[in-house]
Amino acid sequence: MLDEYLLLVLLLLPFLGSVAALILPTDARGVNAVLAGSVALAGLLATIALYPAVTNGGVVSWRIGWMPSFGLDFVLRIDGLAWLFCLLVTGIGLLVVIYARYYMSPDDPVARFFAFFLAFMGAMLGVVLSGNIVQIVFFWELTSLFSFLLIGYWHHNLAARDGARMALTVTGMGGLALLAGTLMLGHIVGSYDLDAVLAAGARVQAHELYTPTLVLILIGALAKSAQFPFHFWLPQAMAAPTPVSAYLHSATMVKAGVFLLARYWPVLAETETWFYIVCSSGLITLVLGAWIAIFQQDLKGLLAYSTISHLGLITVLLGLGSPLGAIAATFHILNHATFKASLFMAAGIIDHETGTRDMRRLSGLYRFMPVTATLAMVACAAMAGVPLLNGFISKEMFFAEAVEFHQGSLLDRSLPYAATLAGAFSVAYSIGFMHRVFFGPPPTDVPKVPHEPPRLMRFPVEFLVVLCLVVGIVPALAVGGILNTAAQAVVGRDLPYYSLSLWHGFNEPLMMSIIAMVSGVILYLLLRRTLESGVEGPPLLRRLNAPRIFEAVLVTVSWRWARTLEGWVETRRLQPQMRLLVGAALLAGVAPIATHGFGSRQEWPIDIDAPFALLWLIGIVCAIGAALSAKFHRLAALVLLGGAGLVTCVTFVWLSAPDLAITQLLVEVVTTVLLLLGLRWLPKRVRGHDGDESTSIVARLRRSRDLVLAVCAGLGTAVVAFAVMNRPLTDSIAGFFLERAYSEGGGTNVVNVILVDFRGFDTFGEIVVLAAVSLTVFALLLRFRPAADSRQMPEQQRLQNELDEAAEGREAGDTVADALLVPSVIMRLMFPLIGTLAVYFFLRGHDLPGGGFAAGVTMSIGFILQYMAGGTRWVEARLRIRPVRWMAFGLLLSLVTGAGAWVFGYPFLTSFFQYTDIPFIGEVPTASALLFDLGVFALVVGATVLMLIAIAHQSIRAPRVARSPGAQPPPVGSETGGR
Amino acid sequence: MELVLAAAIGVLVGSGVWLILRPRTYQVIIGLSLISYGVNLFIFSMGLGKPMLGLPPILEKGEAGALGIHADPLPQALVLTAIVIGFAMTALFLVVLLAARGLTGTDHVDGRESGS
Repeated sequence: MLDEYLLLVLLLLPFLGSVAALILPTDARGVNAVLAGSVALAGLLATIALYPAVTNGGVVSWRIGWMPSFGLDFVLRIDGLAWLFCLLVTGIGLLVVIYARYYMSPDDPVARFFAFFLAFMGAMLGVVLSGNIVQIVFFWELTSLFSFLLIGYWHHNLAARDGARMALTVTGMGGLALLAGTLMLGHIVGSYDLDAVLAAGARVQAHELYTPTLVLILIGALAKSAQFPFHFWLPQAMAAPTPVSAYLHSATMVKAGVFLLARYWPVLAETETWFYIVCSSGLITLVLGAWIAIFQQDLKGLLAYSTISHLGLITVLLGLGSPLGAIAATFHILNHATFKASLFMAAGIIDHETGTRDMRRLSGLYRFMPVTATLAMVACAAMAGVPLLNGFISKEMFFAEAVEFHQGSLLDRSLPYAATLAGAFSVAYSIGFMHRVFFGPPPTDVPKVPHEPPRLMRFPVEFLVVLCLVVGIVPALAVGGILNTAAQAVVGRDLPYYSLSLWHGFNEPLMMSIIAMVSGVILYLLLRRTLESGVEGPPLLRRLNAPRIFEAVLVTVSWRWARTLEGWVETRRLQPQMRLLVGAALLAGVAPIATHGFGSRQEWPIDIDAPFALLWLIGIVCAIGAALSAKFHRLAALVLLGGAGLVTCVTFVWLSAPDLAITQLLVEVVTTVLLLLGLRWLPKRVRGHDGDESTSIVARLRRSRDLVLAVCAGLGTAVVAFAVMNRPLTDSIAGFFLERAYSEGGGTNVVNVILVDFRGFDTFGEIVVLAAVSLTVFALLLRFRPAADSRQMPEQQRLQNELDEAAEGREAGDTVADALLVPSVIMRLMFPLIGTLAVYFFLRGHDLPGGGFAAGVTMSIGFILQYMAGGTRWVEARLRIRPVRWMAFGLLLSLVTGAGAWVFGYPFLTSFFQYTDIPFIGEVPTASALLFDLGVFALVVGATVLMLIAIAHQSIRAPRVARSPGAQPPPVGSETGGR
Repeated sequence: MELVLAAAIGVLVGSGVWLILRPRTYQVIIGLSLISYGVNLFIFSMGLGKPMLGLPPILEKGEAGALGIHADPLPQALVLTAIVIGFAMTALFLVVLLAARGLTGTDHVDGRESGS
């Protein structure tokens, strides 16, 4: 049980530490480093404590339901391989934290650095500890994201930003491929559980989807591990702070790719496809990376290409598909992490103490920093594979595998030669590193006088170099057990015999090592002149700049092609878009009818109810009239629109829908008022004036096309409506509501019961929308600035005011105030009556037509009538309506009523009802739905009034703007200035 | 009955479609209103069975209703919601129209007079 908790702690601690680091002062290097160091140390201790549980093929796992309905669990799982990686992540993490404490400048925001660093550590632990393959992808992407943030840590630096972007693009795309591959793998296996997947190797390899799955997963893994053809991002990522390079680009993140190859090794390996893809990619990377590394002038660039090459070596070993290869790969993962992390840190020390990492400027540093130089040279020797160091042993194992494995193909037969070649290259670049940096005359061209770094900054390097030596001299004693445990988890079965010792006798691998050493030295001597001439990059390949090719492809695809495509299909004009929309809707409507027909046609009756037909004759005339007059006669169009609305309303009454009729009628009134208020701000348009182009042939053609579209749309809808109305009545969920409206909702008005009870949540959503819309309207109008030609007072008012001023005893505005005097008195008197009507509608809603919506709109009409009768100023001097409060009250009441059900242990918005006898009024249904409906009522009042008043207010604001432009700016919306 | 209603829906939608294809914002807002009448009637007509007329929409106290004896409440509830939301949409569109007219000086749907 304790082990499971340790797992959880191991994963959570870095993330918690990351959050904590963000809270710490941003320049507190010491505190931040102590925090990060403690987290890493705790992780390391937890890892060590877990070791007994994973030996001999042991597995510890901890699981919790994640999405049980999809059969997905969140699983933490540790076995030998995961344990090895945990050791690397936490152990090297700890060393890098110590190093970073001294490397980072006091000016850097270190809190951010350590926060990202710890989060990355957590993500990396998440990848290796995942016991669910989808979970692996999740943490995998997290490592990409945090590595992006870490590479771009010095974001003022262009190279850092570009490097971070490229790393994210490449590894992110790989991650997407991996996700697809993982989903396919899960589909093949039938489970996303890692244990199930690992046990299903034979089934996966026999499946027809094996090859695409394999290819997708390999794209992800190879991109992460910077394998050819995705190798180019890693050198660009060297713009990161050196601790990041030492941690991410030697020991952890790039190893995630080979980790995945090792993880899925029992499932996917040992097939021809696996061999060809993985081996060839690894082999090309191995040789190419080493070759390019020779010609690097930047220390970190050399190390980056060397890393690529060594990762290639591990990939080849895993690609061979033999258990011995897997053992050697596991061993080299460990060894490479040790010597490469120490080399990166040494390079960082050199950079830190001299101010440059350009090998053309460095030389003779041995006499300034002998200890660091010695350490770096030992690590270099390990990288080159010199005996007595750890790199030698795993390289020997690689050579042995290269020679002994025989599959017979050309690739297989070329392996020993390529391996020796790469070995020679790595000897050459290692000698280059040592010789050019540490020997020769003292440097003349470095920004700082070099000296040894602080004691503790050197400690991580010392520690790792000692490890290199120990593993190199007594391998079996030092890491035999760990390696056995890890390799067993990779291979997934008993391991074949292998010997972990320094001396295997004079055999082929040793021969190859000697050839590589000698030819490497000769190669360096031959190339020395070229290198010192200062050329960057290898001959032949120099011009083949992979990052630039990548950028060019990216620009072409994501920008140039996108632009071209946009140029073909886009339009910024609304009308073509509408035409497309209507056309698409028409096609979508016609398609099913064309393929399936109408069904039973013979039943179509043609009976015409004369009064109803007459009613709709009026309605049709109104609709067409509105369509024709909307351009030049807006008021007429509005009146006709209202006519069509009224006919619709009567239709609802006619066809047993009283609730709809009431709501339609009320909304009709409010809509009309609303549009009337808007008319004032529209430009004057008279037929035949202002560039009326309606007579040109193009315009005629366009109109004819629109007419055809409109007629088709109308005809189509009519036919479909007719067909639907004549279909046999099918059973629908409506029966459910009818049956239970009274017994469960306590109301006889089924429509209202549906709205406030059965589907109360939908109604709640709807009133939220209404509130949002009215606030939006209000906000938009705060910034409203009328067009220049609408700013003056309307012509009619101006004329009346002139008359008033000319007349004896009258003041400007008197005529306007007296307009419609009798109706306005009546309107004022109507207020209490309309209020009563609203209450009546509200109270009867549950049983009879009415309800919160209708009552709310009625009430708001009452308010609006006052505005119309008395004018905005008159009303607001007497009555303060606070629509936003009404809305807030309504929304809260509905929410609280709904949430109240929780108190009684029912789901949200469950309602309760009974009938209460109120004196003089009679029996009133008091359901909790009534309270909900009250909320609806208040919100509808508030929202409607807010919208209407906001528009009405523009009329009293605008003349002020017109009269004194500039002198007294309007209260809001003035920043755009006058034109 | 069905024929008249179907024709009405067709005319409302047709007139509305014609208007939303026009260049002036006011035409579009009127068009949208006409289309929403048509669509509301269309949705409503989904619940119209035979006989179309005379079905009570309100239950008696204590009665359990049934389809075919009572009017179908479901399309009605949907349309009731649609009417209210339609109003909100009209209001929002009107304000956007006014703001656009204020900003651009024109009431063309594209914010500028088009030559073609």
